Amino acid sequence: MDSDNIPQTLPRHSATFDPYTISEIRRAAASGIYDIRGGGAKRRVPHFDDLLFLGASMSRYPLEGYREKCATDVVLGNRFASKPIHLTIPITIAGMSFGSLSAQAKEALGRGASIAGTSTTTGDGGMTPEERGQSETLVYQYLPSRYGMNPNDLRKADAIEVVLGQGAKPGGGGMLLGQKISDRVAEMRTLPKGIDQRSACRHPDWTGPDDLEIKIEELREITDWEKPIYVKAGATRPYYDVALAVKSGADVVVLDGMQGGTAATQEVFIEHVGIPTLAAIRPAVQALQDLGMYRKVQLIVSGGIRNGADVAKAMALGADAVSIGSAALIALGDNDPALEEEYRKLGSTAGAYDDWQEGRDPAGITTQDPDLAARLDPVAAGRRLANYLSALTLEAQTIARACGKSHLHNLEPEDLVAVTIEAAAMARVPLAGTDWIPGGGGF
Amino acid sequence: MPTVDLAQSTRRELNGALHALQKQDEGSSWRVENPAGQHALACGLDAPVTVEIAGHAGYYCAGMNQQATVIVEGNTGVGVAENMMSGFVHVKGDASQSAGATAHGGLLVIEGNASARCGISMKGVDIVVKGSIGPMSAFMAQAGRLVVLGDAGDALGDSIYEARIYVRGAVKSLGADCVEKDMREEHRAELRELLDAAGIGADVGVDEFRRYGSARQLYNFHVDNAAAY
Repeated sequence: MDSDNIPQTLPRHSATFDPYTISEIRRAAASGIYDIRGGGAKRRVPHFDDLLFLGASMSRYPLEGYREKCATDVVLGNRFASKPIHLTIPITIAGMSFGSLSAQAKEALGRGASIAGTSTTTGDGGMTPEERGQSETLVYQYLPSRYGMNPNDLRKADAIEVVLGQGAKPGGGGMLLGQKISDRVAEMRTLPKGIDQRSACRHPDWTGPDDLEIKIEELREITDWEKPIYVKAGATRPYYDVALAVKSGADVVVLDGMQGGTAATQEVFIEHVGIPTLAAIRPAVQALQDLGMYRKVQLIVSGGIRNGADVAKAMALGADAVSIGSAALIALGDNDPALEEEYRKLGSTAGAYDDWQEGRDPAGITTQDPDLAARLDPVAAGRRLANYLSALTLEAQTIARACGKSHLHNLEPEDLVAVTIEAAAMARVPLAGTDWIPGGGGF
Repeated sequence: MPTVDLAQSTRRELNGALHALQKQDEGSSWRVENPAGQHALACGLDAPVTVEIAGHAGYYCAGMNQQATVIVEGNTGVGVAENMMSGFVHVKGDASQSAGATAHGGLLVIEGNASARCGISMKGVDIVVKGSIGPMSAFMAQAGRLVVLGDAGDALGDSIYEARIYVRGAVKSLGADCVEKDMREEHRAELRELLDAAGIGADVGVDEFRRYGSARQLYNFHVDNAAAY
């Protein structure tokens, strides 16, 4: 055969050295520094999509979709607090700081959450009047940096969340780059304007669960035992971390899987540290059950909650409530395709924009640039968030009714099967069509 | 003077009573007997009153103090006057780790020594330690003044921001981005004020101290500085 006529194989990308990996090697070679971005893990991991509900049929009795009640409320913090929180829906807004987000975005979160009957959470850098003013129920994060931390705001809060870590970077601190340290952010954090603001990874005045127990006692004393106290951890060793949080006196445990977002941290940290949300829930619930504290200490799960099915699945696996961050920002207007041209100018595209640390967000959400921030109408954005929360709730109720449940809390693992062996092992539910639950043993 | 005997009353009763004090109670003095090292004593106060603790206190004594004067006639555990906003906390003995951690304002005076991480992440408080301080003190200290009449342990002022440190004795080592700086007249003046506020007489001269602060080389990350972290 004429050598000119031999068909050539197509160019083939390596599965190991895929185009993204090659681009990252080139970027690292040019800069000498790791990549920083916002958001959570983007890699494919076993997730709620790998679970399915077993709707009612002969052996189960469904509830009428538009007639019979399926309650959604949740009480958080009734273990020790004299004023526990009672939310209309079990979907809360996760901690996101003023600094990482614009004041308009924080206000919008408060507005949307309040319409929907749920809570928002402050984040590193303290409490803003915009957020407190618009949030009917506000959880005040108590973080290692203690930026903006003061007892007056502590007393204004409806609950206190002691943050040990987050799913995107368990074991890591934070970094708010100088571009986002405006005059107001600098003043709230007692730092010079324009410097990179580092958030510590450990609390400055306690180490370990024995100390945390005393710290929680102090917080309770300062607030006269009124406020529920949450303990938030990134998902790594959920059985032990939840058990120790309970031992430390938490009213509520918040567990954040690796898909949970962050304002900014190293890409390598986001993608390679922590475990998927799906893998964290059952060990956490088991810890509560082993301690006799299930439903007495509430469990809030976050990290990759996108729709009502995710809400229902997390609750069926044992969560008392879920928390959303990334999805809430999208509901506000983050990564809107209408801004595609501007995302392209930033070297990204709608749906993939994650350089939140640069403060150039065209949607006006993850920025401190006053002109960009002014683009976000907090009233309209808050309405979108409220609509989204409504849709999540209706979807979760739809599924719960189909499973014959009159309250979202009545969903249970028995309602679920998995479509992959990995998900079956992590969620500890049978592989669909079988009675096989892979794995077992301890945590 | 109202006296609360913690052998008879609970900590909750004590703190609850102290939290009920208001501006109109200005000048009133309370005494706490038999503290027995209990944690979280006299924390969260927000009134211009004085509380004397007749013995040792545990963790977080006078935590988040506002306006009040808290005098501990003994030693304190971890985190005395942590996150203090204003007021005066006076420890007659030694203080454990993280004394004055993250505190925004007020004055903390420790007659004895303070352990590791004294003034960690301090945000405006003034701390005067008449003895020595342990390692990693003033770590990530953002604002305020730390005065030490004795020695300082390893890694003093690591990753310090705008806080100022004055040490009379030896410094075992300085942390990342912390350097010795010139003592100018304004520093001598502020140091004298701090010594006076802590009841330290003229026999201790400001020229016996050295000043330390941030070199400001790590304020914005640069790859050439990676080895410093």
